[in-house]
Amino acid sequence: MDFISILSVFVLACFVGYYVVWSVTPALHTPLMAVTNAISSVIIVGALVASAEAGSAAAKYLGLLAVVFASVNIFGGFAVTERMLAMYKKKERK
Amino acid sequence: MHEIAQIPWGVSLAYLAAGVLFILALRGLSSPATSRRGNRMGMIGMAIAVATTLYTHDVVSLPEIIGAIVIGGGIGFIIARRIAMTDMPQLVAAFHSLVGMAAVLVGAAAFLNPGAFGILDVVTGEIHNASRIEMGLGVAIGAITFSGSVIAFLKLNGNMSGKPIMLPARHLINLGTLAAILGLIGYFVTDQSPWIFWTVTALSFIIGFLLIIPIGGADMPVVVSMLNSYSGWAAAAMGFTLGNSAMIITGALVGSSGAILSYIMCKAMNRSFISVIAGGFGADAGSAGAGGPVIDRAYKRGSAEDAAFLMKQADSVIIVPGYGMAVSQAQHALREMGDLLKAEGVKVKYAIHPVAGRMPGHMNVLLAEANVSYDEVFELEDINSEFAQADVAFVIGANDVTNPAAKTDKSSPIYGMPILDVANAKSVLFVKRSMGGAGYAGVDNEVFYMDNTMMLLADAKKMVEEIVKGLAH
Repeated sequence: MDFISILSVFVLACFVGYYVVWSVTPALHTPLMAVTNAISSVIIVGALVASAEAGSAAAKYLGLLAVVFASVNIFGGFAVTERMLAMYKKKERK
Repeated sequence: MHEIAQIPWGVSLAYLAAGVLFILALRGLSSPATSRRGNRMGMIGMAIAVATTLYTHDVVSLPEIIGAIVIGGGIGFIIARRIAMTDMPQLVAAFHSLVGMAAVLVGAAAFLNPGAFGILDVVTGEIHNASRIEMGLGVAIGAITFSGSVIAFLKLNGNMSGKPIMLPARHLINLGTLAAILGLIGYFVTDQSPWIFWTVTALSFIIGFLLIIPIGGADMPVVVSMLNSYSGWAAAAMGFTLGNSAMIITGALVGSSGAILSYIMCKAMNRSFISVIAGGFGADAGSAGAGGPVIDRAYKRGSAEDAAFLMKQADSVIIVPGYGMAVSQAQHALREMGDLLKAEGVKVKYAIHPVAGRMPGHMNVLLAEANVSYDEVFELEDINSEFAQADVAFVIGANDVTNPAAKTDKSSPIYGMPILDVANAKSVLFVKRSMGGAGYAGVDNEVFYMDNTMMLLADAKKMVEEIVKGLAH
């Protein structure tokens, strides 16, 4: 992708983010932070590239360390969000 | 080696799909009913992104990578299972720091092995100019996120005092450091020497630390949201370096999410973002109240039995929880109290101020944990008019968010902040540890001294348990 198309994706995504996040109910703001945390660990893609490719041993180990950190976040973030969301219940009227 | 231009269209589509699934994950949070499906979509999106990356690269170290994922994933999973809901702000801060660190490591790896990332100029054999800026910014934001989040974690976790730490001439130091970082990133375009890259990284770690130490505990909701936003921008910057749409979309989503949350928090405190970042708020908490030194003003003190009696007689009770409830873990006892009152035919509702607690939505999670149905929990603007019809406002561990000085006293530091109008209720029950400590703003609260207020001075959880006993017989 050339720079302009990447930039277009970025700018449009900012707008999408703006509208989507405003529609999140305030009661779920803590799960929102937890799940945005998990998805921002998509940076693992960069970490995987660094650790997968030959060329530099140092880069490989930095990449592997980044994979560990990002995985903590991905699994931890999604799991804790799931745990929180499971608690939001509506009680059946007796 | 992979040239960016050679990425097959199927791969780009896969990353795009991951990005769209992440958007849907956030969209699901518009209501508790759809939220879990949204979270699952986020998981699928992440799986697609990881699988696509592994599939499209000549992976020379698959066992190590899988080992790294298993180790990290295992740690994350165990933490997520074990963490107490009251510790959620710390956990989120800790997770932010990991995203920041990962961004720094990926940036460093890209600098050391640019060929693997396809950012080398074929003609000169040097890193593309645009990539240098993206990398520099990504590493800088990542490092700030890391050290800032570590400080936020230490403050939230109580390893470090929540009080602001003020260095002399800190604004000058901070602005100077920021200018140096930006200047060096600019210079990086003309000179690819390693020392520039590493200096930018080191300075960014330092500035993240300096930016957060002067910010007091009560401003943490803004700080945590802000670091959330930074972690997104760091991911986006790395996405630019890699030309990866999943990373860019996610970065933009997370970045705007954190920014919006910071905005909501600032608005709920009637403070500007700049003044929060400048720090120092709450520095002299307890020393200078708006009404001057307050000594021995008359107030009514009540017992748990009085409170139980009063609420039993009421038609409607509105409960206002705050950070004090989280500290003393009173949410379960509180729900029990609510159940007993409902059994007596009392209407029970919960009113939540946007900045109650230490992170956005903190109180809602705790009440949900204690099994309070979410349709009994209301936001400020939805319930504020109902205090006038309520018999009892039960304030537990909240203070400044109920202070009428925010409306009446122009000299008050919290003037203009939207508040919950508990003073309008027929009676106010105010659970507070002691009369001594004022709220985070260091302002005395008129509500304490009103004729229809009864102060319940005790640890929040103990007091509620006593009231439950009182209601039970």
